[in-house]
Amino acid sequence: MAELQEFWRWTEYTWNNPDIDWRKAKRISAGIDVGSVSSQALILADGQIFAFSNLRTGSNSPDSAHKAINGALKDTGMELSNINYSVGTGYGRVNIPFANRAITEIACHARGANFMAGPKIRTVLDMGGQDCKAIHCDERGKVSNFLMNDKCAAGTGRGMEVMADLLSIPIKEIGELSYQVDKEPPPVSSTCVVFAKSEALGLMRSGWSKNMVLAAYCSAMAHRVSLLLGRIGVEDQFFITGGIAKNPGIVKRLEKELGIESVKTKYDSQIAGALGAALFADTLLQKGGA
Amino acid sequence: MIANYGYKDGSGEFFIAIDTDKCNGCGDCVPVCPAKLLAMADDEYDPLSEKTVVNVIKEERNKIKYSCAPCKPASGRGPLPCVAACTPGAIAHSW
Repeated sequence: MAELQEFWRWTEYTWNNPDIDWRKAKRISAGIDVGSVSSQALILADGQIFAFSNLRTGSNSPDSAHKAINGALKDTGMELSNINYSVGTGYGRVNIPFANRAITEIACHARGANFMAGPKIRTVLDMGGQDCKAIHCDERGKVSNFLMNDKCAAGTGRGMEVMADLLSIPIKEIGELSYQVDKEPPPVSSTCVVFAKSEALGLMRSGWSKNMVLAAYCSAMAHRVSLLLGRIGVEDQFFITGGIAKNPGIVKRLEKELGIESVKTKYDSQIAGALGAALFADTLLQKGGA
Repeated sequence: MIANYGYKDGSGEFFIAIDTDKCNGCGDCVPVCPAKLLAMADDEYDPLSEKTVVNVIKEERNKIKYSCAPCKPASGRGPLPCVAACTPGAIAHSW
């Protein structure tokens, strides 16, 4: 039997900065973000990003946390015991055995966005695996207002994965393909992942191309998220974190709907939570906690 | 900081907004809520502060439309107990 292709699968990877000699660093702090779909671990050496990993979350939070931190430690010669302070965040934050403290991902994303995109960021939209959060923050990355939908996971990364799987399109190509349509179709009426899936099937039966379906789903998702943001308002500058920030099919449509461009950075948008957690760890370490 | 707890669904928007800058941590709102939605805890959205503020209990956040309904009868409602109990005016409901 031919091996099944997993269209939803995105690239897992680890990274480290060979220019930093961690053995000379006075403070080594780590942030571990165990999300519903992806897990990241990030290590700071004296406040500089030294290494990180971006992997898929398994069914077990402690295992995923270990996998993530081992990924970040890989090839660096560093061991878990070299880390002075670590902070866990994300959906699985209370289940990370080696973390010194758990901090909510809302605070971490704001802090991470502040580091990645600068102190002018006022609105952060975290489009995660299974939820979506709108956050306002001040020039230090401190949360001033936030909103998340505690009930519904529509408009999130997992929805995209389901759509990629249904249409047999690699998830990375969704954004580009969703623009290869003659004209923008009306959005699908349901953004609930389950209903959207059956609606997409129906549209395919009625002769829509895959790209049309993608366009319709992306614009429905963008609209949904813009409504969430509408409640707290969008203040300049605007930044998107989480996996969906890599999908231009959503990002560009959302920018158009909101009438504001989002800030783009060289950093991977998925590491914002772990970065924020590591920055908190670094601050707490300097305050004397260990 | 304003923390919005709740959700939006097909029937409307249901959020309890708590202004943690106004909340003085007195806890007067906790016992007056008949549905016991509120609890005092560290301000988890500002991990570097030591302040204790009120929040909506996590398990309750996705059903506040129903839990709050007894305080909001269609026949007209008086002051909400939680809002009335809050001297600094830190609690607001979106619906």
